[in-house]
Amino acid sequence: MSVATGQPTGQPAVDLREPAGWRRTKNRIATILMWIAFVCTLIPLGFVMFTVIQKGANAITWQFLTGNPIPVNVAPPGAPGGFAAAIVGTLIITGFAAVIAIPLGILGAIYINEYGGKGWLAKFIAFMSDVMTGVPSIIMGLFIFTIWVLHFGYSGLAGAFALGCLMLPVVIRSTYEMLRLVPDSLREGSYALGASKSRVTLTVVLPAALGGIVSGALLAVARAAGETAPLLFTVLTVESINSNLFQGANTALPLQIFSNATSPYVGAEQRAWGAALTLIAITFILMIAARLITSRFATDTR
Amino acid sequence: MTVTQADPAAPAGSADSLTQHRALGDRTFQILALAAGLLVLVILVLIAVSTTQQSTSWFTTQGWSGIFSTDWDPTNNKFGALAFIYGTAITSVIAIIIAVPVSIGVALLLTQVVPARTARPIVWIVDLLAVVPSVVWGLWGILVLAPWLQGIYTSIASGVNGIPVLDNLFGQPVSGSSFFTAGLILAVMITPIVTSLSREVIATVPTIDKEGAYALGATRWEMIRGAVWPHSQGGVVGAVLLGLGRAMGETIAAALVIGSSPQITSHLFATGYSMPAVIANQFGEASGEFRAALIGIGVLLFVITIIVNLGARGIVERSARRARGA
Repeated sequence: MSVATGQPTGQPAVDLREPAGWRRTKNRIATILMWIAFVCTLIPLGFVMFTVIQKGANAITWQFLTGNPIPVNVAPPGAPGGFAAAIVGTLIITGFAAVIAIPLGILGAIYINEYGGKGWLAKFIAFMSDVMTGVPSIIMGLFIFTIWVLHFGYSGLAGAFALGCLMLPVVIRSTYEMLRLVPDSLREGSYALGASKSRVTLTVVLPAALGGIVSGALLAVARAAGETAPLLFTVLTVESINSNLFQGANTALPLQIFSNATSPYVGAEQRAWGAALTLIAITFILMIAARLITSRFATDTR
Repeated sequence: MTVTQADPAAPAGSADSLTQHRALGDRTFQILALAAGLLVLVILVLIAVSTTQQSTSWFTTQGWSGIFSTDWDPTNNKFGALAFIYGTAITSVIAIIIAVPVSIGVALLLTQVVPARTARPIVWIVDLLAVVPSVVWGLWGILVLAPWLQGIYTSIASGVNGIPVLDNLFGQPVSGSSFFTAGLILAVMITPIVTSLSREVIATVPTIDKEGAYALGATRWEMIRGAVWPHSQGGVVGAVLLGLGRAMGETIAAALVIGSSPQITSHLFATGYSMPAVIANQFGEASGEFRAALIGIGVLLFVITIIVNLGARGIVERSARRARGA
């Protein structure tokens, strides 16, 4: 830079505003490295999305989505058979898991934030629920297998329990974060009007945080919908639609992808890609819904 | 509320019953909330108890030396888990080595370099990585990535042939499905969580520290090294540990791309096995002591991940408290 213009001649041109060359270069290298790190995350994402869409789009037909499943070993490559059983299974199992885990998670978060306050028990529960988010999903599958499947057999319900166990701590965490953002003045205002604590919580605090709670819950559902490991030993796989959640083995999209990915039969790959695209579409719809609710909520509070 | 307005004028008795009535509803709700909170603890205890119960026969018949042996031969009732423990350790270490620099780089980019408006879509994209289901990563890994990596591994192996240490790490035998492929996929999968946790920690650095560094004439990089890093070091270590816990427990993607052969070898491009992968692949045909052994491996995995998570959460919590207090 031409800063030296105002300086008396004879003195070295020291630029006080701009760092010396090598320091500037180092700074620039660091910035470039950070952008490279970002590109490193973009490459696998773009690559996997491209492959799934390209290969999955070929497999998806109306018959694929609604048709009767054809057993893996006899299906000809051109007609991959339907995935209706898996789609129905994923929807009812994940749906029921959400029905169990979301209310319990919200209640748990209400205890931690509204009732427990600064007590040791609330802190301990919050801490352990964070630890529980780190329990591997396959352990949840083994857990439900040992306490439920061994006694009552395989069913969609067992799978829903396993997914519910995975979702519970995530819902607690996200709800707790949202409840913490509700200003105390709202609570105090309602108390001043003579409302009881449960009433304040249910009619004032929860509605104020609702947008964030719903979007956090939807994200938890989206993650759970893609889980395979908890369903492996709780749901098994079947080849026909089983819309009864409570009885008999069931199936789900991730399970079908897993069994097709390792299957040597012709056409299995194509089926797996089709199912992968369907599964990604379901999880992305849930995630986009969550984002829309979040942004709606954000503009409301402004 | 009309009821409350009537309160002062009402006789004492009715006000009493009103409070009692309220107290009952209030108490019920509080107990419900407490029960939901305690459910977390109950589930964690039940996991430990029920899985341990189902796997006692593995612990009693094999003994410690049996458990920690490399002998995995279900047909002859030999259930040594060491190869799986080794595979889990190797793949998660590879995942951490790859994912940590990337995650910290992205976290610094988001918090220190780009403005908030640019940061939002970047956060969105990184979070998308977490939404892609694990089985889809596995499918892509086994059908697209592994065949492609096979060629690269082969040329690297021929390149290092004969060089002492490198040959042991990267030499033959090579396979597309290997420790390294699994580590690579795991790295991609844990990047979002390490990034978002590091970002949270780094965002707690006080603006005044950063401005101070700038005022002393520091460049952005010098500011990051001098003001941001010392402040967030501890929290970032916690975030990395959490990522490690995730990598160790990741099941389906690893099961598909690790190659499924229980062996202990220094060759990173060779096929291997990991603890969650062996449970996922072999549980279906297991019964009796075989099943007990697989559940036992699950218990080991549970204990390890709980310890890692307890440590990580402790570190994150402590550094967050220090950041608030400082």
